[in-house]
Amino acid sequence: MSQLILGAYAQRNTDDHPPAYTPGYKTSVLRSPKNALISIAETLTEVTAPQFSGDIFGAKDNDLILNYAKDGLPIGERVIVHGYVRDQFGRPVKNALLEVWQANASGRYRHPNDQFIGAMDPNFGGCGRMLTDANGYYVFRTIKPGPYPWRNRINEWRPAHIHFSLIADGWAQRLISQFYFEGDTLIDSCPILKTIPSEEQRRALIALEDKSNFIESDSRCYRFDITLRGRRATYFENNLT
Amino acid sequence: MNAWNFQELKETASQTGGPYVHIGLLPKQANIEVFDNNFNNQLVQEQTQGERIRLEGQVFDGLGLPLRDVLIEIWQADANGIYPSQADTQGKSVDPNFLGWGRTGADFQTGFWHFNTIKPGAVPGRNGTRQAPHIALVIFARGINIGLHTRVYFDDEADANAKDPILNGIEWAPRRQTLIAKRIEQDGEIVYRFDIRIQGEDETVFFDI
Repeated sequence: MSQLILGAYAQRNTDDHPPAYTPGYKTSVLRSPKNALISIAETLTEVTAPQFSGDIFGAKDNDLILNYAKDGLPIGERVIVHGYVRDQFGRPVKNALLEVWQANASGRYRHPNDQFIGAMDPNFGGCGRMLTDANGYYVFRTIKPGPYPWRNRINEWRPAHIHFSLIADGWAQRLISQFYFEGDTLIDSCPILKTIPSEEQRRALIALEDKSNFIESDSRCYRFDITLRGRRATYFENNLT
Repeated sequence: MNAWNFQELKETASQTGGPYVHIGLLPKQANIEVFDNNFNNQLVQEQTQGERIRLEGQVFDGLGLPLRDVLIEIWQADANGIYPSQADTQGKSVDPNFLGWGRTGADFQTGFWHFNTIKPGAVPGRNGTRQAPHIALVIFARGINIGLHTRVYFDDEADANAKDPILNGIEWAPRRQTLIAKRIEQDGEIVYRFDIRIQGEDETVFFDI
């Protein structure tokens, strides 16, 4: 059998994503282009992406409970988050760089610009990273973040969430998003989540309680899967180069 | 769901990177020491081949004010136009001392950002065409719901730029110049200045790639 020849990534379905201009999320008003995006036919530039080797990672890079602990454990709910990264055609995405960041149990970020009164935790940093394995699987451990207030309207509150970023096989798959936790009532009132047009796509950002994977007298567990764009195969003319 | 639909997954929806994007992607800029090896804006190692350049600029909002919380990444080929990626099908060996990717944050006070890199070689386009040397660039920030993709070209490559299939695909010819970085020499260093205007007059061209 001859080698599979890959074509372009399937086009991004813009209806499955927030538009750039979303006045309910006020900061977007002056930070969104007025012109329509210009769609281009993909070239080698768009289907390639950097590759990261496992040996640059430290042993605790995916353990947010321990990777900043100084004189004790951080305060908060111990949770494990795991899941699979695959493309839209169901193939596992291997060796993708997954990076995460979040607030602590108070809803306070370790960032110079965060002045919220919620207490800092000297034993919690709030960032981690990992590579997916050959099955597209990832797992990390953390403290469940608290919700926090922000100035959009004056009394706006974010649901508990963890930010994540993916660099995979093609530059066209580059994605940053956020996931939420099943059952959080703030999910229904969040103007950032509401920038996503469809209920189905908003639900795709909610991590589910994974009870059989709780670890007794230790940690609870959430399951969250991620889908990236996928490449079509080429069986006739190959126009990519 | 209709019975005649086959199963295909939807891409996970994008959300803004938010104002604290540095915590996860540039922890040192948030004064967090967690990782031994941090990603950064230095694409040049001692043995990397090619002409050293500095790429720098600012990102402006619809009022002309610089974004001081923006995060920028670039992706580019080596000096010979080969990508350090398994998906590059040119069958030529790539510079082994080149990752091709870097990440930086604008300065919290001034909004200036920069990368130290090399000038990329020309890369094949579709159907046997040739693309002018370029760097792919993406920006993430508070207020930006989905990463904005653009390309940086070079003003000293006028002939190649005139034949570039992507630039020529921009029907509104005056907008093409928003993608051309300006070469200057500064303290013996080659600098390309590339300002990004998200909204309004001279708005930078952004791509759906």
